[in-house]
Amino acid sequence: MEIPYTVQARPDSGLANGKLGIWLFLASEVMLFGALFSTYILLRVGATEWPHHELNVPLGAINTVILISSSVTMVMAWASLKMNQWGKHRLYLSLTVVLSLLFLLNKYFEYGAHFAAGEGPSHTTFLAIYFTMTGLHMLHIVGGVVVMLYFLGPGARMWKTSPEQFTNRIEYTGLYWHFVDLVWIFLFPVLYLL
Amino acid sequence: MHSDAEEVQKSVRKYMMIGAALLVFTGITVAASYLNLAVPAAITVALVIAGMKGSMVASVFMHLSHEKQWIYGALILTVVFFIVLIFVPLFTIKDGISTGLPWVQ
Repeated sequence: MEIPYTVQARPDSGLANGKLGIWLFLASEVMLFGALFSTYILLRVGATEWPHHELNVPLGAINTVILISSSVTMVMAWASLKMNQWGKHRLYLSLTVVLSLLFLLNKYFEYGAHFAAGEGPSHTTFLAIYFTMTGLHMLHIVGGVVVMLYFLGPGARMWKTSPEQFTNRIEYTGLYWHFVDLVWIFLFPVLYLL
Repeated sequence: MHSDAEEVQKSVRKYMMIGAALLVFTGITVAASYLNLAVPAAITVALVIAGMKGSMVASVFMHLSHEKQWIYGALILTVVFFIVLIFVPLFTIKDGISTGLPWVQ
C-alpha cells in the first residue's frame, strides 16, 4: 500500500506528511527543553550564589563553532540534493557527521574532567542542571548522528527509487539538526557564560 | 519552501553568510561575558545575542521565513505555552519562599 502525501503536499495543509510531523515533534521538543530552562531559572533565582565561568569556556565556544558549522553543512547537504548534486550531498552529510562526532568528543573530555575532579551531578545544583541539560542535548546529537549515518548507508538507496522523497527526508533531518543547534545556541551562554 | 534548483542555488550564498554571522555573534557573546557587566545586563546581552542567532537559524536554515500557515499556527501555540512555562518560576518568587530552598547549594 502506498502512503499518500510523502512527496506531494496535502490539499488542506499544503504540507507533506513528514513536514507537518517533524514540526509537531519539534514543538514537543521546545516544551521538553523549555521545562528544563524553566527549572534552571527556578534553581538560579533560588540559589544564594551561582558559579560564573566555572565551565571550560573555550571548549564550550569551540563546540558552538562546531555545531554552527554542522548546521551549515547540513543545509548544504539538502541544497545539494535540490541541485541534483549527489556527490556534494554525500560530502556535506559526511562532514556533518564528523562535526557531530567532534562535538561529542569534546563533551567526552569535558565530562571526563568534571568526573575526574569528583564533580558529578550531585556535587552542586549548578552541575546537576548542567549535566541534565547538556546530557539531554547530547542524546539528541547521538540521535541525529544515527539518522544521518542511516542516510549515508542503507537509507541512501531511496535516492535511486524516489529522489524527491529522499530529499524530503534529508530536509526533515536538517530541521531536527538545526533545532539541536538552536538549543545549544541558548545552552552555551546560559550555562557557560552567565 | 524552495521548489526549484535555481532558487536553492541563489540561497547557498545566504546560508554561508548566515553561518559566518553566527560565528561572529558567538565571538561577541564570549567577549561580552568577560566585560564583567552586572548580572542583569550580562543576562540581557547574552540572551539578546542568542535570540538573534536563534532567529537566523530558524528563519534561514529552517526556512521559517517562508513556511505554510499550519506550521506558523503550531509554532505560535508552542511559543505561548513556552512563555507560560518560562514564567512559572515567577510564582515562586512572588510568594516569597524562593530564597534559601533547602536543596539549593
